[in-house]
Amino acid sequence: MPEQLVFAMEVILNGLMAGVLYALVALGFVLIYKASGIFNYAQGVMALFAAMTLVGIMNGQVPFAHLINATFGTHIHYFGWNVPALFAIILTMGVMVLLAWCVQRFVMRHLVGQEPIILFMATIGLAYFLEGVADLMWGSEIKKLDVGLPQGINLWLDETTFNIFDYGFFIDNLDIVATIIAALLVAALVAFSQYTKQGRAMRAVADDHQAALSVGISLNFIWVMVWSVAGFVALVAGIMWGTKSGVQFSLSLIALKALPVLMLGGFTSIPGAIVGGLIIGVGEKLFEFAIGPLVGGATENWFAYVLALIFLVFRPQGLFGEKIIERV
Amino acid sequence: MLDNSEGYVTEDGRKIGGVVMEMKNITLRFGGVVAIKDISFDIREGEIRAIIGPNGAGKSSMLNVISGFYVPQEGEVWFHGSKRPQMRPFEVAQQGIARTFQNIALFEGMSVLDNVMTGRLGYMKTNIFQQALWKGKAEAEETENREAVEKIIDFLEIQHIRKTPVSRLPYGLKKRVELARALAAEPKLLLLDEPMAGMNVEEKEDMSRFILDVNDEFGTTIALIEHDMGVVMDLSDRVVVMDYGKKIGDGTPDEVRNNQEVIDAYLGVSHD
Repeated sequence: MPEQLVFAMEVILNGLMAGVLYALVALGFVLIYKASGIFNYAQGVMALFAAMTLVGIMNGQVPFAHLINATFGTHIHYFGWNVPALFAIILTMGVMVLLAWCVQRFVMRHLVGQEPIILFMATIGLAYFLEGVADLMWGSEIKKLDVGLPQGINLWLDETTFNIFDYGFFIDNLDIVATIIAALLVAALVAFSQYTKQGRAMRAVADDHQAALSVGISLNFIWVMVWSVAGFVALVAGIMWGTKSGVQFSLSLIALKALPVLMLGGFTSIPGAIVGGLIIGVGEKLFEFAIGPLVGGATENWFAYVLALIFLVFRPQGLFGEKIIERV
Repeated sequence: MLDNSEGYVTEDGRKIGGVVMEMKNITLRFGGVVAIKDISFDIREGEIRAIIGPNGAGKSSMLNVISGFYVPQEGEVWFHGSKRPQMRPFEVAQQGIARTFQNIALFEGMSVLDNVMTGRLGYMKTNIFQQALWKGKAEAEETENREAVEKIIDFLEIQHIRKTPVSRLPYGLKKRVELARALAAEPKLLLLDEPMAGMNVEEKEDMSRFILDVNDEFGTTIALIEHDMGVVMDLSDRVVVMDYGKKIGDGTPDEVRNNQEVIDAYLGVSHD
C-alpha cells in the first residue's frame, strides 16, 4: 500500500478521535438547546469550572484561598489531603447540581416566558460570572488533571497496524476512552429525553412555559434538572479536555470550536452534533495534511470556521437540523 | 336560584351533583386597576358553567385565578370542600384542574400525539431508570397511558393528524388538540378559555358538539369563557355574567337572558 495512503488513514483516524471531543462539547449545547430553548453560551465555561473544581477537590485545595488570605492575612492554600478521583467526581457533580439550582433560582426564575434572545444574553452574563468565580475559587494557574484515565499510545493498535502496513499508527488511549464515553453519554441522554417522563416534561418546557404549567409541570424543577444535565455533560467534557491539555482558562475557548460543529450538524440534533464533530475533526486534520504544506500550515485554526461559513450560506439549518419551512 | 346542595336536574335530564369549586368573594387588583371585584360563585359536578361578559369584564382573569396563574388579593377558592392554600399553576394542574388558553399554548415542536401525552405526565409513576431502560412496569404503564390518549384522540376525531407536528396544523385543529391534551389529564374540572374564539361557524359548531360530548361521555365538569352569546346559551347549564369586574348576573341561560342588567351591559344603556 502506498505510504501516503497509510498516512492519510492515520490522519483520518486521529481526526475522528479529535472530532469526538468536539462533539462532546457540542452535545452540551444541543442538549440545553433542545431541552430548554436556550443557547447556553456558558457551556464552555461550565466545562472549565467543572474541571477546575474537580482538580481543586482532588488536590484538597481550599476554595477562595486567595480571598480568605487577603482578607484575614492567613496563609492557607491546601487542606493537606487528597481526595480519590471517583469520590471527587461525585462531589464535583454535587457542585454542578448546586450551580444548576443557583442558575434557576437567581437567573431563570426571573425570566419565565421571555424571548429566547433574552435567555441567551443571560447565559453570556453567566459565562463571565462563572469564569470570575472559577478564578476566585481555584486560582488561575494551569493544573494537571489525572483521574486515572489511560493515556499514551495504544500499543495494540500500533502493533497490529505495523504488522499490516509496516507502519504503526499513533492513537492516544485517551482518545479511545473519550470515544467510548461519548457514545455511552449519547445513548444515556437519548434514552433520558425520549423515553422518560422527565425527558418529555423537559421538551415540553422548552416549547412553551405556560402550556407546561397547565399540564402540571414544575418549571423550577425542570430547569434545575436541565442545568444539572448540562453540568454533567460539562463535567465529562471538562475531564476529557482537562486530561488531554491541562486545566487552564483557554479551556473555555473550546466552546468556540463547538460552534462550527453545531452549524454543521444543526443546533437541534444530537446525531448532528456527533457527525458534525467528526466531520470537522477529520476535515481539519485531512486539510492540514493535504493542503497545509502548500499554504504554510496552521490551517487547523481556521478550517472549521470557513467550513461553517460555507454551510451557513448553503444549508443554514445544518445537516440534521429541523427544516426551516416558511409559510407564505 | 339554586340552594339545593344535593344538586339539580337539567332541562335535558342530566343529573348535576354537588359543588366542586367555590369562589368566595374574590377580588383581584393589578396596581390600581380592579380586574375582579368581590365575586362569588360555584361550579357543580358534571355541569357546564359559563362565564360571559363584554371585553375587559375580567373573565379571563377569573379563569386565571381558578387555574392559579393569578393570585387574588382577597377571597377564597374552595375545591372539593376544602379551602385551597395558595398554589402555583402546576400544583393546581396536579390537583386535577386542566385548562386551555385563549391564544393556544401547545408544544409546537412536538407531534399531536406527544402533545396529548404530556397531559398524562401526572399518571406516570415508574422511576426514571425503569423508563429509560423500558423495563418492566414502565412498558405496561406507557401502554396504558397510550390507550387512554388514543381513546381521546379518537373521540375528538384527530386520528388523521396524530403524527403531525402541531406547528403545521390550522387554527381550528390546534384548538382541538389543546382540548385533547387537557382531557388526557382526566381533569376533575376543565377550564376552557374562549374555546371558539377566531373560529368560523362550522368550526364553532364542531367545537360546541365536542364540548357537549365530552361532558356527556366522560361526565367532565366544564367551566368556559365565551364571547358568543348564542353559543353560550345553547351550551351551558348555568351562566355567570361579568361586567367591569363585577358579577351582574348568575343563573340558567333563560334567567340571565331576561336579566335587565345583563341586557344593559351587552346592548349599552344611556345614563341620563
